[in-house]
Amino acid sequence: MMLYKYTYSELRAGYEAKDFTVKEVLASYIQKIEENQNLNGYITLCLEQALQEAKKADENFAAGQPRKLEGMPIAVKDNFCMKGLRTTAASKMLENFIPHYNSSVIDRILNEGVIVLGKANMDEFAMGSSNETSYFGSVLNPWGNDKAIAPGGSSGGSAAIVAAGSSVAALGTDTGGSVRQPASFCGITGMRPTYGLCSRYGIVAFASSLDQAGPMTRDVADNALLLSVMAGHDPKDMTTLTEEIPDYSAILKNPISLKGKSFAYIEECLSASDEAVQRNMQNVFALLRERGAIVDPISLKLQKYAISAYVLISACEASSNLARYDGVRYTHRSQNADKLSNLYNESRSEGFGAEVKRRLCIGTYALSASEYEEFYLRVQKLRRLIYNDFMSVFAKYDLILTPTSPSEPFVLGEIQSPCAMYAQDHMTVMNALVGLPGLSIPSGLGAQGLPLGLQIIGNFLSESDIYALAHVLEKEIAFQSWLKK
Amino acid sequence: MVKEVTKNIHRIEGKTGLWEVIVGLEMHAQIASQSKLFSGASTRFSRNPNTQVALVDVAFPGMLPVLNKECIRQGVKTGLGLQGSIQKRSVFERKSYFYPDLPQGYQISQFFFPLVLGGHLDVSVGQKEVYSRRVNLERIHLEQDAGKRVHDLFPNKSALDLNRAGIALMEIVTKPDMRSAEEAMAFLRSLLVLLRHLRTCDANMKGGSMRVDVNVSVRKEGDPLGAHVELKNMHSIKFIGQAIEAESQRQVEALENGENIDQNACRFNPKTGGITVMYATEDAADYRYFPDPDIPPVEIDDSFINAVKEEMPELPNAMVARFCKDYALERYEAEILSEDKDVSRFFEQAILVLKVQKEGAAREMALWIIGEVFARMSEGVSITDIALTPERLAQLVALVLNGSVSRAIGKSILDKIWQSNANPEDIVKFEGLEKISDEENLCQWVKEKVCC
Repeated sequence: MMLYKYTYSELRAGYEAKDFTVKEVLASYIQKIEENQNLNGYITLCLEQALQEAKKADENFAAGQPRKLEGMPIAVKDNFCMKGLRTTAASKMLENFIPHYNSSVIDRILNEGVIVLGKANMDEFAMGSSNETSYFGSVLNPWGNDKAIAPGGSSGGSAAIVAAGSSVAALGTDTGGSVRQPASFCGITGMRPTYGLCSRYGIVAFASSLDQAGPMTRDVADNALLLSVMAGHDPKDMTTLTEEIPDYSAILKNPISLKGKSFAYIEECLSASDEAVQRNMQNVFALLRERGAIVDPISLKLQKYAISAYVLISACEASSNLARYDGVRYTHRSQNADKLSNLYNESRSEGFGAEVKRRLCIGTYALSASEYEEFYLRVQKLRRLIYNDFMSVFAKYDLILTPTSPSEPFVLGEIQSPCAMYAQDHMTVMNALVGLPGLSIPSGLGAQGLPLGLQIIGNFLSESDIYALAHVLEKEIAFQSWLKK
Repeated sequence: MVKEVTKNIHRIEGKTGLWEVIVGLEMHAQIASQSKLFSGASTRFSRNPNTQVALVDVAFPGMLPVLNKECIRQGVKTGLGLQGSIQKRSVFERKSYFYPDLPQGYQISQFFFPLVLGGHLDVSVGQKEVYSRRVNLERIHLEQDAGKRVHDLFPNKSALDLNRAGIALMEIVTKPDMRSAEEAMAFLRSLLVLLRHLRTCDANMKGGSMRVDVNVSVRKEGDPLGAHVELKNMHSIKFIGQAIEAESQRQVEALENGENIDQNACRFNPKTGGITVMYATEDAADYRYFPDPDIPPVEIDDSFINAVKEEMPELPNAMVARFCKDYALERYEAEILSEDKDVSRFFEQAILVLKVQKEGAAREMALWIIGEVFARMSEGVSITDIALTPERLAQLVALVLNGSVSRAIGKSILDKIWQSNANPEDIVKFEGLEKISDEENLCQWVKEKVCC
């Protein structure tokens, strides 16, 4: 039995029917993790602990009291703090940092019975779109087979792990596309929820006004289920929302009719994409129209500023958020420092990688008193304008459709220019800038046989609508995952 | 009563004429609250380092600040007490700099949008010739305190104590409205009294609950404001006075010698009276302020402000005026009694139970408290901690006012009941201390003693 191929809904049915035990599923995953070692998806594993948890899960099933996510093996991006488990954010700076607290999202999913297999590789401090900035080395996209294809980033480890059968699901974080783009690259499903839906407490901060935790899974049903557990108000995070969280999986039980639904696609996003991506999108539009939906082009003129705005604002916040890694307390501390100023300079020079340093420089500069108005304040105004644009679209349309990435996954090392790398987030930063949710689902294969992704952007707290559409499209598109190929 | 005088204003006589001294103050007052500004850690003082510390105070990865609403309430209360304008929307910002006692690498403070704008405090200045000086305020904002570096624990290392890190401070900034050391000292004394009445700060400068930065400049009358020097981090009103005198004198001499005043942050050494430069404020660090994205803007509505208004105590200036009027006290006496809210409460409770309706009765009570009760209280003891109750004191003062005992006997009775809070009337009876004013009895007694 190749249990690692199942989704959680399939596993759950098997657990309940006593077809197999959680322990057996764990054994299957442990073997697969071993086989997939070359992908470099995990930074730290905690399989012994996982096996103990599996025992407990089996007991719960036997007692007829399984929790919502009982026996769900999961990988956690290495920027979620977990008690007693090394949390590095893929940086030398935190190479030996072991938190004595859980992030709130981790607490939530642990309480519902997930089994954490380990901490997933990522771009250093979530800064990157290819997972190449990790201190622990690049991750391989399983779709590459003999070629070294990027898994996307920054949640590249999480995406590769789920695609390759090293875990049934994973947690990612999305600041400007870090869940959605790697999900697209690895042919899985990844959600960036509405800003404030999931608590940021205990997640190593990159850019506070943008960071959101998101589920990465093999299908929409698992995604909706996992988000239902992750989401919710947290008194420890003042930016979390207080709204009641619906049961997203319940919504999927009755597939919606597309008749009369109205969707918009952003022309600027389509024209910026390569041919295969455009063709793929047109196929999706045709499918929707066949089902009676309206699909109209719209123009978001400010889209062209989105990348610059995102790079600036995220760098500004990062330059401040990463100031705490100073060599004084729990971080890497240089051995070559003989006085305080050296301790800062040397520890930070040694502890941070090149991309992190680049962003810290950009952010520090942009926040300086003489540049503040020119950059930070202007970007904040731009965010307001982009928000207005989105709101006028949602006054007319239910959801917005874009490609998740403008191109097929690229070869590792292929993109050298930082600006070209930032442009990878072309489709995903816009809604992130204003806090709107976006989901990426696999939508087909590109010219080189690598996965493409479709992004569904919704209004605030429209996760239910997004999942409902994704669920229908998932069936229609019938994407062959890497595992099932 | 007291009026604003423009005469008698302090001037420094230089070689070239009279110089006016300009003083502005920035107070960092620790807000009285159970827990810190953004964490649940206790604000109680502890000798054991790093015992009053939450994860967010250490700035562990992923930790987030959660605003303590009590601190906002205390800030609003202080703002109202100082007649300031409470801002319906204020914003916490990050002030960035690297220092080991600042774990986050930034201090959460308010810069562009503070909690309170404007306000003022009327201060009476002088001993003999009392005049009133209105000191206007720039603003009040809230911010985090830093931790403490400890250098004497290890031979080659410094240690960190983060107990204080994250405790809420209010920074109260005045306009450059004071014109002498005496005015600045009077302002500080009045401010401390006000904060104690509001119970928004312990207002104990020795204990470090208020630290002051003093800005000093001098000018010839009518000239625009000159460059100022900032005397940082002062803990004593007396030394602040000395520092202002020394610095203004130094500036006059420097200017008269054709030198410039450099805009510096300085330290005053009370032992030597010397002033040493710490750093130039003109090329001070760029703090890269920006709104803290972890903390939504603070929105305050009228109902919140009104609720705070309802629990506002009588302000010290109003209390002084009322004491003078209702109890016929001298201003000086009224000020002493209203300096401490517990003392004023003790006084008024005693008045309430004093059954003697006599002119000057209230003042008699005031003098007993100021003269006799205070003299018997050891330093640092609050009037709420002594055994004597206002009721007993009222009984005693009644005995004096009725003429039952003389003042001198009254004082010895006070000694007797000081520890026990015994009934002074009983003491009088048991010890036969009653003053005898009945002539017949008195004559008899004199005859017995003298003519036998």
